Amino acid sequence: MTDTVSKSGQTEVWITGIGLATSLGEGLDASWAALQEKRINVDEKGFAPYIVHPLMPVSFDSQIPKKGDQRQMEAWQRIGTYAAGLALDSAGIKGNKDILSKIDMVVAAGGGERDLNVDTGVLTAEAKGANAPGFLNERLMSDLRPTLFLAQLSNLLAGNIAIVHGIGGTSRTFMGEEVAGADAARIALSRIASGESDIALIGGSHNGERKDLMVLYEFGDFNLKDKFAPVWARKDHAGFALGSAGAFLVLESKAHAESRGAKPFAKLSSVVADLARRKQPGDMAATLEKLWAQLPRREGKGAIITGATGAEPATSEERGFLKGHAEFPVRSTGTMFGHTMETQFPLGLALAALSISRGALFPPNDSTGTEIEMQGAPTQIVVVGAGHWRGEGMALVEAVG
Amino acid sequence: MTAPRDKLGRPVVVVTGMGIMTSLGAGKADNWSKLVAGESGIRTITRFPIDGLKTTMAGTVDFVSVDPFSSTGLSERMAELVTQEALEQAGIGAKADFPGPLFLAVAPVEVEWPQRRELGRAVGAQDFTYDDLLRISGGGKYSAYHHRFMFGSVAAYLAETFGTKGSPISLSTACASGATSIQLGVEAIRRGETDAALCVATDGTVNPEALVRFSLLSALSTQNDPPQAASRPFSKNRDGFVMAEGAGALVLESYEAATARGAKILGVIAGCGELTDSFHRTRSSPDGKPIIGCMNKTLADAGMTPDQIDHINAHGTATPENDKMEFNTTSAVFGDLAQKIPVTSNKSMVGHTISAAGAVEAIFSLLTLEHQRIPPTINYETPDPTILFDVVGNKARDARVTAVMSNSFGFGGQNASLILTREPA
Repeated sequence: MTDTVSKSGQTEVWITGIGLATSLGEGLDASWAALQEKRINVDEKGFAPYIVHPLMPVSFDSQIPKKGDQRQMEAWQRIGTYAAGLALDSAGIKGNKDILSKIDMVVAAGGGERDLNVDTGVLTAEAKGANAPGFLNERLMSDLRPTLFLAQLSNLLAGNIAIVHGIGGTSRTFMGEEVAGADAARIALSRIASGESDIALIGGSHNGERKDLMVLYEFGDFNLKDKFAPVWARKDHAGFALGSAGAFLVLESKAHAESRGAKPFAKLSSVVADLARRKQPGDMAATLEKLWAQLPRREGKGAIITGATGAEPATSEERGFLKGHAEFPVRSTGTMFGHTMETQFPLGLALAALSISRGALFPPNDSTGTEIEMQGAPTQIVVVGAGHWRGEGMALVEAVG
Repeated sequence: MTAPRDKLGRPVVVVTGMGIMTSLGAGKADNWSKLVAGESGIRTITRFPIDGLKTTMAGTVDFVSVDPFSSTGLSERMAELVTQEALEQAGIGAKADFPGPLFLAVAPVEVEWPQRRELGRAVGAQDFTYDDLLRISGGGKYSAYHHRFMFGSVAAYLAETFGTKGSPISLSTACASGATSIQLGVEAIRRGETDAALCVATDGTVNPEALVRFSLLSALSTQNDPPQAASRPFSKNRDGFVMAEGAGALVLESYEAATARGAKILGVIAGCGELTDSFHRTRSSPDGKPIIGCMNKTLADAGMTPDQIDHINAHGTATPENDKMEFNTTSAVFGDLAQKIPVTSNKSMVGHTISAAGAVEAIFSLLTLEHQRIPPTINYETPDPTILFDVVGNKARDARVTAVMSNSFGFGGQNASLILTREPA
């Protein structure tokens, strides 16, 4: 492995597989075409006044052949298991038992959807006077589907991916909203770069079409209401529109990829993350500056892909940070894909790698002038992910060469 | 000669601080004295009504107050208390300035029934839909619940309170979570990213829905009376695990950094291993290969052979399947030694602390090394004749213990093992 060790003693890590299933469609060609056409898929009616970016329907059978497996999952797990399968296909390792048996998975996950009928059934019965001490217990014992728990448990996204795709390496699930996606990439990268691991599957999935999640975010008035606008145009109408998406990547040491003849989309050079206290205005922007300085030097043709949510004050702080780096064209995934929470950072990594491999940044989609055209092929893309409440992450994706 | 590097040339990772809380009590001293005395922390649940439940006992932590109460709030408070204990012992860093990252094993977070009921009452109607709940959730009245029920909230609180560095990681590998938090810390130190790591695992989720969920999967013991006798690892009449609460915190450091500052070394994390089972969501592969592979990986990581392990701190949940599988897989790895190495399950006394178990049991393993005394597996009255472990039944046993393997297996095919040893000679 000495031939791939750079001066710092670290192994180069390539992105050799990408799997996307989003509100804009599935697969890399469809996603790229939608981005070129500046297409946005929002549903302003189904959850009105709240706005969501619904999943473009996919045929789950093609990646999750057993109906029994599909039944054991809720939507967020099906989306993720599907996107993970696309990533393995993209890397050319689907069904390759030798490789799958040693893949290290790091998955960023929230939790699964609740059974809304059970919840409202209990609450309305109580409103009508049901107050026996064991009422809740009895209703839950009789009304909850026994396997629903498994569709809710955070680590069962990874569990389902392992079962459906036959992955037998290691499996770790990180939680903690947006920054969990950055930390998943960070830990997988460190493990491969240091030689602890050769190949990893990282990513996350999110079902944004969930009223129980909307309740949680409504507690903090974070949901975008009434009218869709690009992320940068929400200053006086703040909030995020939840999006449904699965985004997975195969990360691999250069040596491992070359030994099997795999071609890289790009290399993942660095992932850094931190927790700003966010007590004072400027705390978050200062942390983003600190992370920016921790990334390797940028000398090529650069761009920024951010998962800015549209929630305030985080988005305004981030806009301030971006103004200080105005020479880098910016793209916001939140405008096109909605806010996919744990999945937003892996989605940003995927689009960065895709843009580098296709030799162009996708066009801006913004009415405020924050996003500008980019001429020529980007060779370095910084992925930014600042949580709506806590957590900041950043990565550098570069052209291999 | 004290080598700061292990056989594979990596920094040796040592433990310099530990904090623990279980249904037996708060702190190492209290827990250890009750553990070796064979006391049970399992009792009939008083926190909420038990009418209509099949399982009515658990190892709850009732002596810590949290207001307003939530399972996540209890997890956070327990994590804070055990971290304080661990930092006090380690004497590392300054107040609110821990010189390394935080790895937190925590139960998945969700809005809980007391808050959901509050919302239901606030609608003020007898008939309503989820949309009505959604409509009244905004406006700032419930903004504290947003923060409380963020998955990252417990880690953010601990990171801010103790001044850990970088992005704190909240993780779940189900019942192996505690072991995974330690493994992440060990790896970060071995990679040279940090000299110290704070590994915390906490679980305060004995609430009605959590109990019902495990009950519906037929995972829990229903031997409610007397509650102290419900958890029966390796017994013929075992019938499931007992849910429990608890937390554990470990300060990990490189041997070099710990000795340089003159810290007392409590033990070594000599090896970690994990291996995914892709057989089934809740059951182990019948051939046990992933667990066997996990134990072998851990031995290899420690650079040790089975004959160097002289005690096994078992996962030992007391479910019919787990204990049998654990014996079969241990036999495959250890051969005849599997029947000679003393084995115990702390879960017989403290119950199954789920997300915290891996860390709680690693700490008990380290205390076993310190005291050269193996805590008993209580309720071991009718041994399962097919499980031929040398179970340390009912009474603590003095023994020469130099290396302990601690196992954790969880839903979703999660398997993790640790090997803990005494200070390098």
